[in-house]
Amino acid sequence: MNDSFAVMIIVATIASGIRLATPFLLASLGEALGQRSGVLNLGVDGVMLLGAFGAYYMVLQTNNLYYGLLVGIGLGLIIGLFYAFITLNLRAEQGVSGIGIYLFGLGMSDLLFQKFVGTPRPILPFMPLDIPVLSGLPIVGEMLFQHSIIVYIAFALVPVMSFVLHRTTYGLNIRAIGENPEAADSLGVSVMATRYSAIIIGNGLAGLAGAALAIELGIFQQNLTNAMGFIAIALVYFGAWSPKGVMIGSLVFGLVQAIVLQCKTFGVIPRSASDLAAMAPAIITILALVVVAKRFKQPAALTKPYVRGG
Amino acid sequence: MKKFNLYLSAAFLALILLSPSALLASGKALKVAIIAPSAQNDLAFTQSIVDGIKAIQKDREIELAITDGTFVVEDAAAAIRDYAKKGFDLVLAHGSQYGGSLKEIAPDFPDTAFAWGTSADTFGLANVSSYEAASDEGGYVMGVMAAAMSKKGGVGVVGPIEVGDAKLYVDGFVQGAKAQNAKIRAKVNYIGSFSDVALAAEAARAHMAAGADVLTGTAQMVVGAIGAARAKRVPWFGTQANQTELAPEIVVASQVYKWDVILNKIIADMDAGVKGGKMYKINLANGGIVIEFNDAYKLDASVKEAGMKAIAGIKDGSIKTGHK
Repeated sequence: MNDSFAVMIIVATIASGIRLATPFLLASLGEALGQRSGVLNLGVDGVMLLGAFGAYYMVLQTNNLYYGLLVGIGLGLIIGLFYAFITLNLRAEQGVSGIGIYLFGLGMSDLLFQKFVGTPRPILPFMPLDIPVLSGLPIVGEMLFQHSIIVYIAFALVPVMSFVLHRTTYGLNIRAIGENPEAADSLGVSVMATRYSAIIIGNGLAGLAGAALAIELGIFQQNLTNAMGFIAIALVYFGAWSPKGVMIGSLVFGLVQAIVLQCKTFGVIPRSASDLAAMAPAIITILALVVVAKRFKQPAALTKPYVRGG
Repeated sequence: MKKFNLYLSAAFLALILLSPSALLASGKALKVAIIAPSAQNDLAFTQSIVDGIKAIQKDREIELAITDGTFVVEDAAAAIRDYAKKGFDLVLAHGSQYGGSLKEIAPDFPDTAFAWGTSADTFGLANVSSYEAASDEGGYVMGVMAAAMSKKGGVGVVGPIEVGDAKLYVDGFVQGAKAQNAKIRAKVNYIGSFSDVALAAEAARAHMAAGADVLTGTAQMVVGAIGAARAKRVPWFGTQANQTELAPEIVVASQVYKWDVILNKIIADMDAGVKGGKMYKINLANGGIVIEFNDAYKLDASVKEAGMKAIAGIKDGSIKTGHK
């Protein structure tokens, strides 16, 4: 393998890792927002599936990729509203109701697909959007600046969410009610309204993650996400509930997947060890989780329903 | 005259009663259940068996029940047991991963015929049949054509897990490609999943980055790989079902399974009182495997000829795919 070919393969591998990380990043950013407010949502994968089907079907009907993204976000927002109602107003146990949302999304997205589409039909995916000047840079250009618009949106959301969480009153309120809702309430912060908004926005991002996946792949099929939503939840813990942390976690997961794929392609990993190697991203995430979990504490009020004076 | 009319009516009645359609209508409908891992219209593995039963339904009354999407083996096991309890005559467990469950369930229902695949193992049970596809044969043909088409001297394969007909297809493809061009770089990537569409797409991109200019793949997650190939206009060879409609501009040909060839045999054996213990196989020679070309794809005549020669050679036994 000559040097220029090796560089080309490395560039392709890193670009692949970034693409693979994108749906994880969007979903885990949304989940992190909800968890910072004290609400766990195990239904991320179901929301992603509904967002993916909604986006796919809209693009199939209109050929407009942006309408597809909007439908994905919209479906996420609607499910977020429903999830907020059952966990905040009805005070349903968050773990169980999250699993319920997942199963609903898994079944409903398949039912709707069978009913309205049937056989998988391709849609045109997003084309790479070359960033002027930067995309022409050697090595870095192809690696970082020749992706589809959804990749840029996902990574741009990291500083935006960091800013909102750490530099705005709204972010302060979210963090406060995630740690000590009684104290926040006593200072006049509406626990209910803040949690409602965090859950709805978080689910909107999960819907966007699903939409991004379906549009990037140009197809939908049953269980398209393949449990990505559950990995996204683990990445929130990996990232210690910070946007920057979940971004690093998503990138690690995506890059390990891409490196394993490339190693298999070149026979560096023998076929006999192929299935074992496929587990590498999950194993590395679990190991990192063990290390991180010891260093950081989860939001103190996570999964605890708030009852004023209760 | 009265007597003649009576004889005529009796003969007419006998003719009606003995006609095949009347026999069909009067016979009890055969109750068949399919349990399969992906969607019944996945343009791949599951659809192939559903299409097989539907082909038989044209000639025989069959009450068909399908439980698809059972990628969780425990769910599939529950469905297999449930259909057996409900008195289905034939339960088809369509997935190599269901063997362990079937081995446990089948002895509890000796009156039910079970068939599963792709596998050659019947567990020594009198009510379990197995079936497999000689997908190495179609794979070999595709490999020959892919190597003949490749300008860069590289072809890539996206596989799920190295088992069953997926392994056979992949091995056959590599063998065929090397038979056509001994110097071809035939790279295989088993992604470790039957359902990870995103990973299959990236595996296809990895192949293209590594210099492959013709691709193939097997199992239901290849829809992602086909999308990635389509974006770069890289030719694709399909298997299990005709995948042309997924990307008419790049799909060259597809190896299509015609399971009705062996399902007819299984049902005929059941009619004769044999509920299992036999292994059935579809291949190019018995018409259970056919190569369907995409007429819309402008395929070089020499490439098609190489493919047709390989088909003929496999049928007459002059070409061996390497699989024993």
